[in-house]
Amino acid sequence: MAETLDLSIYVKRQDDGTAHLDLAIEGIDCAACIDEIEGGLCQLPGVVEARLNYTNHRLAVEWRDGELSPAAVVEELQRLGYRAHPFQSRLLEEEETRRAKWLLKCLAVAGFASMNIMLLAVSVWSGNVTDITPETRDFFHWLAALIALPAVAYAGQPFFQSAMGALRNGRTNMDVPIVIGILLALGMSVVETINSAEHTYFDSVIMLLFFLLCGRYLDQAMRRKTRTVAGNLASYRAEVAHKIEGNGEVVLVPTAALKAGDRVLVRPGERVAVDGVVVSGSSEIDESLVTGETAHRAVRAESQVYAGSMNYNGTLTLRVTAAGKGTLLDEVERLLENAAAAKSRYVQLADRVARIYAPIVHTAAALTAMAWIAVGASVHDALITAISVLIITCPCALALAVPVVQVVASGALFRAGVFLNAGDAFERLAKVDTIVFDKTGTLTLPTMSVVNAADLEPALLQAASRLALSSHHPLAAAVAKMAQDRRPYDDVVEEPGQGVRAIVDSIEMRLGSPVFCCAEGMAKEAAASDPTASVIAFSWGDRRIILLVRQALRPDAVAVVTDLRRRGFDCRILSGDRPEAVAPIAAALGIEMWRGGCKPAEKIEALEALKADGHKVLMVGDGLNDAPALAAAHVSLSPISAADLTQAQADAVFLGDRLKPVQETIEISRRAHSLMRQNLGVALVYNVIAVPLAFFGYVTPLVAALAMSGSSTLVTLNALRARGRSPVLAPAEPATPADPLPASQGA
Amino acid sequence: MEVLIYLVPMALLLGLTGLAAFMWSLKDGQYDDVQGAAVRVLSDDDIRK
Repeated sequence: MAETLDLSIYVKRQDDGTAHLDLAIEGIDCAACIDEIEGGLCQLPGVVEARLNYTNHRLAVEWRDGELSPAAVVEELQRLGYRAHPFQSRLLEEEETRRAKWLLKCLAVAGFASMNIMLLAVSVWSGNVTDITPETRDFFHWLAALIALPAVAYAGQPFFQSAMGALRNGRTNMDVPIVIGILLALGMSVVETINSAEHTYFDSVIMLLFFLLCGRYLDQAMRRKTRTVAGNLASYRAEVAHKIEGNGEVVLVPTAALKAGDRVLVRPGERVAVDGVVVSGSSEIDESLVTGETAHRAVRAESQVYAGSMNYNGTLTLRVTAAGKGTLLDEVERLLENAAAAKSRYVQLADRVARIYAPIVHTAAALTAMAWIAVGASVHDALITAISVLIITCPCALALAVPVVQVVASGALFRAGVFLNAGDAFERLAKVDTIVFDKTGTLTLPTMSVVNAADLEPALLQAASRLALSSHHPLAAAVAKMAQDRRPYDDVVEEPGQGVRAIVDSIEMRLGSPVFCCAEGMAKEAAASDPTASVIAFSWGDRRIILLVRQALRPDAVAVVTDLRRRGFDCRILSGDRPEAVAPIAAALGIEMWRGGCKPAEKIEALEALKADGHKVLMVGDGLNDAPALAAAHVSLSPISAADLTQAQADAVFLGDRLKPVQETIEISRRAHSLMRQNLGVALVYNVIAVPLAFFGYVTPLVAALAMSGSSTLVTLNALRARGRSPVLAPAEPATPADPLPASQGA
Repeated sequence: MEVLIYLVPMALLLGLTGLAAFMWSLKDGQYDDVQGAAVRVLSDDDIRK
């Protein structure tokens, strides 16, 4: 290794003289890796402990400070066959972990309480129909109260907090009727216990809590799993930069270690890792991953450059600017703010149901009380019946209906290589009827490739690609990808700005600009056939070929877009690239509606226009310039290669080189959405049966327990169907925009 | 039925012990790496030294 990476900013020094480093490990595939990694590292001098977490593929290493450099740990892992990336746990992830632990504690308390109370309750139920003495029953009721009150106070916190939060903001959510139901049932049961009555509802309350907490915990666990993998992927991608120290020395550091004002060296063929201003040097840079524009931009002193740009032909010295500075970023941030504010107005399906549900249930309870008083029952009996209506309608199944489907469906998405950022994205994805794609990096691959490989003589192509392995030019990297023999030729000479040459079997081989290879005539012909591609020439003795390099379509882009169009989705392209570069892509995909040269604000305008026509738009994009459009769209997706800011705006992120996940995401979301509505329907049917029973006073604690657990189980089992895969090419129902809400949600 | 006076608190106590054990194991980090725990039991690192 010529250069070693300076990892010192990731090392945590501890009080007992040890240093600690967290690493995300790539390449763990079996249990034997645990021993190999831990055993291997423990043999390094100074290592105190190495512990691999097999679940999230993270390694914690501790060594006596000063005896070992962190780079040595990474090198040892490399030798063992694993790639290690320094990992900095993100605040958001830590927060989720803490919350998951808290939910698990609440779940444990609710589980303990519900088992013990059920033990007492079953005795009372069976005693009530046989020969339980009132003293024993009272004793059991008091015991149940003793367990239930502290248990609810502890395990109910997630619901109390969420309901309070919603009420404070003047909204209601599903937790509001839940909390009201729980508190009333508890209060009534305590009163009934004091009156030594026959029925109390401690068991219903605590069982309800237990079921709901199960749902919450599963939801949380799924999201945490996704976050963990996303966190690892982010650290795999973490970039490095050559920092120029005060004394002029150049060291390789992770970009996280750079501060505003630092100076960074960017060589030709390297990706710019930070936002900055050019101090000296001039070059051409490819900003396609930032703006979508595939034509190169010339930069010189005082030019602004953005992270993610590729430096082509000159060495640049940059001054790092603080994050979020620069004309493009400023505009993006400003647009983002507006777009995000507009989006937060979307109300989730479950909350929409809750808005209608809560008043209806509470009115029903009030009517029950009045009806009973009107027919001459005592106030006590009327109140008891009214409260039993509230208990039986406490929306256990309703509150589980949506989250359980979300858990199962996001598991299915996870397997398809899609990570969900927002839980409510399913509902929005299911309603999509228009799909707007960005071109560069979304429909096309983020890296360059040789597009005319099929027309070339295989032997020459292989020779060219093997020679390209020795070049540092970014275009050569595309050619080098084709090499089957990964051994570079010996004695290759790189002529800066022209190409590489080598003598192989006493014949000279050259790869580079057409002039360098004496192939200008051929190059002109080839360039005329594909004006957007970059041209590379290769000569071997007197044989010559021309390689056309550009960003190729994702391998399955044509199939996926054709299929989506066949199903009635309106597919469009909004690109920041020149119209000449967009036209051939649109033609290849059969997309008629496309625009090139769009600025971020113009993309938003186009989306707003679609929105005004009543379309629900799915935006798929990756560049920094797409971030505002992603936030403005009804729902959004981005590939994992997208800029960080853009990924953060997308509702879901997909992995890999294929476009297929876009199609799968829509399919899974539609299935999930229909299951959610089915589940809400089940919950409604349950209420339709249960409310009249409660109204006429037939609901005993036993009936309540059976009805609640029955409907919750049914809803959960139904949600499991979101796992299954429907045959992908089955004719799907035509995309019907804006399905009316099912009437079922009203009760 | 006086036996209930002893039996019910005993049942509760047993349940509470279980709950306390779970809380301890959670705090101890035993659920941080559930997949790892499942495979580590098969490794013979205890006889390596």
